[in-house]
Amino acid sequence: MPGPELSRRRILQIAAAAAASTVLPAVPLDSAQGAILGARDRLDAFADTIVPGAARFAGDPIVLGAAPGPGAVQAGSWAMYTDPDVGLAALLPALAAVLDTQAVAYAATHGKLLGHGVPSFVALDFAGRTAVARKLLESRGPDQLLWYAMAAMPMLAFHTAGHLDTATAVRQGHPGLAWLGFPKPDADGIWRFPVFSYRRALARRHPRTIGKGQPA
Amino acid sequence: MSVLERTDVVVIGTGFGGAIPAYNLAAGGAKVVMLERGPELGASDFTQSLELGGYTRIVDLIQGNGIQVVAGNCVGGSSVIYFAASLRAPSYAFERRGSGSQRLWPRQLSRATLDPWYDRVEETLPVAEQTWNDVPYAGGVFAAACHHAGHTCNPVPVAVDLGRCTNCNWMLNGCRFDAKRSMLLNYLPAARAHGADVRPLHEVQLISKALTPGYRYRVNYTVLNPNDYRIPAGVGSIEAKIVVLAAGTMGTPVILRRSRQALGGIPAAVGRHFSPNGDRVSMAVLNERKVRDVLGLQRKPGTAYEAFPIGKPIGSMSYDYLDARRPEFLRFGLQQIYFPAITNILPEDGTPAQPDWFGVDKKTLAGRWRSWLTMLALTEDDNEGEWGVLPPTGNFIRVASSAVISSLTYHPNAHTRRGFNASDAALRSIIEKDGIGQHLDWVGGQPVLSAHPLSSCRLGDDPDTSALGHDHQLRGHPGLFVTDGSAVPASLTVNPSLTIAALAERASSYVADAARAAGVSMVSHVPPPVG
Repeated sequence: MPGPELSRRRILQIAAAAAASTVLPAVPLDSAQGAILGARDRLDAFADTIVPGAARFAGDPIVLGAAPGPGAVQAGSWAMYTDPDVGLAALLPALAAVLDTQAVAYAATHGKLLGHGVPSFVALDFAGRTAVARKLLESRGPDQLLWYAMAAMPMLAFHTAGHLDTATAVRQGHPGLAWLGFPKPDADGIWRFPVFSYRRALARRHPRTIGKGQPA
Repeated sequence: MSVLERTDVVVIGTGFGGAIPAYNLAAGGAKVVMLERGPELGASDFTQSLELGGYTRIVDLIQGNGIQVVAGNCVGGSSVIYFAASLRAPSYAFERRGSGSQRLWPRQLSRATLDPWYDRVEETLPVAEQTWNDVPYAGGVFAAACHHAGHTCNPVPVAVDLGRCTNCNWMLNGCRFDAKRSMLLNYLPAARAHGADVRPLHEVQLISKALTPGYRYRVNYTVLNPNDYRIPAGVGSIEAKIVVLAAGTMGTPVILRRSRQALGGIPAAVGRHFSPNGDRVSMAVLNERKVRDVLGLQRKPGTAYEAFPIGKPIGSMSYDYLDARRPEFLRFGLQQIYFPAITNILPEDGTPAQPDWFGVDKKTLAGRWRSWLTMLALTEDDNEGEWGVLPPTGNFIRVASSAVISSLTYHPNAHTRRGFNASDAALRSIIEKDGIGQHLDWVGGQPVLSAHPLSSCRLGDDPDTSALGHDHQLRGHPGLFVTDGSAVPASLTVNPSLTIAALAERASSYVADAARAAGVSMVSHVPPPVG
């Protein structure tokens, strides 16, 4: 267990990260739109590292096809990154730059050559991207929480279609919800399960159970 | 413009800890104002959707250091988003000492002394006894696995109208069928019927001394923008003869610490000794063939289980380790519980390869989602949590609509980890017996996830480690009561809502006595709200 001094330092780090994430969105998003869009290739590649998908077309440089079926990019990770409710949009160019920097460092220390014409992080193979993602997510530094949030968005896009109404997403065949086997709602868009139980006694109750099934 | 008004009682918070005293005081004759930082929503507002901007309006996902906490943020507090398991704490829980030498609960409190208050809450909510016909598939498969491993397993009592419940599994979003008995259906409407004034989007910042003779405290609040809780829309103050602080375990200690100077000091124990109720989440991915052949289960022709998203979230629980004869830290409840897909980042993928919780193997695991079975061990931790620096306003730093950062630090010590390890081993032995499933960790880079924060301003006999006397009054501050989960001294090894509610019922009589002493005309007996 860390000592109190470390705890205080950690709290200050968290506060600094939070301050950065609350201050940066104050940059007018209109003027940053170009930079945000320019970051998309790196962030799509990062999302594909978290929930990998099948390549969208032959030679897809972003979605590398590490796993079968659509992944986070196809499930809407970019919509989550840029959702105003999430509040990450203005940070995306800076985070994309960090991905490139880490990619260069990874390549240099692993004897890899990075191709020209694409950003460094995009140029990495899937194992390289995964190594960079792990380094950022396991860093324990002040920006770890931000990277955790950056990993959470593709997870939420794939597992919850967080940018869409769930009933609509299920009906339209959202790839992540389909992958999970998320159940379909009734015709009115509402979930109900009139059949939900095995309707059998499946274990002995504890011998000291009292009242309405309470422990003693 | 600042607005100053006066009332008999200000109640801060509208969850179990706030709504119950508010009813008892308003019905007793006091003029009550309730301040709630979250919005007010009802059944017709609650969505069945995981879209951001829906549930995120009423659920706070709180990121601390070493811990994530889920808490409610709306009128009704966590009762609106909770999973309605309504369990009495076992007798030994009141005798706990933790790693210290003294009993943690005040000597006046035991299971026997709290039982009459449990009775009153169970009748009021009311709590329903589930039969096996009411237990959804996930609870059934857990019970069958327990039985197969030689354990008992019980249907869990729930605060749910079982006739009205559709088993839709959207409890976290609030119940659109009004089947879950949250505070919105009992104590709050009863309090309002007796004149209590409930004010949503009023976030209390500071409690100070009142300036008006006859009034003790001044409660200072910010009115929040309903579309963005980070933006203030006004400020105000209310002076009161009595204050009931029930802002929740995550809010109460922050408000008190911010009020330290204005109140002339607060007990040193405020904001220390936090407990996540020993929550230890893990999961199984089940082998459908073994569920059929070993457990003998089939929910429809050709399908043994594949029912993770179906039903009420909490169905069954083994009480076998809730055993007073076992040593402290090795007693725990083992419960089947559904976690919505928003937490799917947390399970580890079950392979030895790195990374653990994202990438190819994690996606493969997600493809078996309907065969998942998530479980909660409610263990005995050692109250290791502590708050750090105060946020400028509110209870935490709000980064996005429901994403907030708290200075709460929680690092489980050796005692707590012993309980985690023992409960993990118990669940593993149940799940993996004869290959029924694979037991997986659920930490995804986050050591502790808790939906049951407790003990940040706790009851006790020792002034060094407890901020409240047995009457829930803050030491050194007559007329200032704390009645939420923060008052519970230690983990309970069961879901804590019924205990928080019973304590709030019991505390109401002490609050009423103080109101009477402050000159408020109060009747001597208040019946339970009509259910």
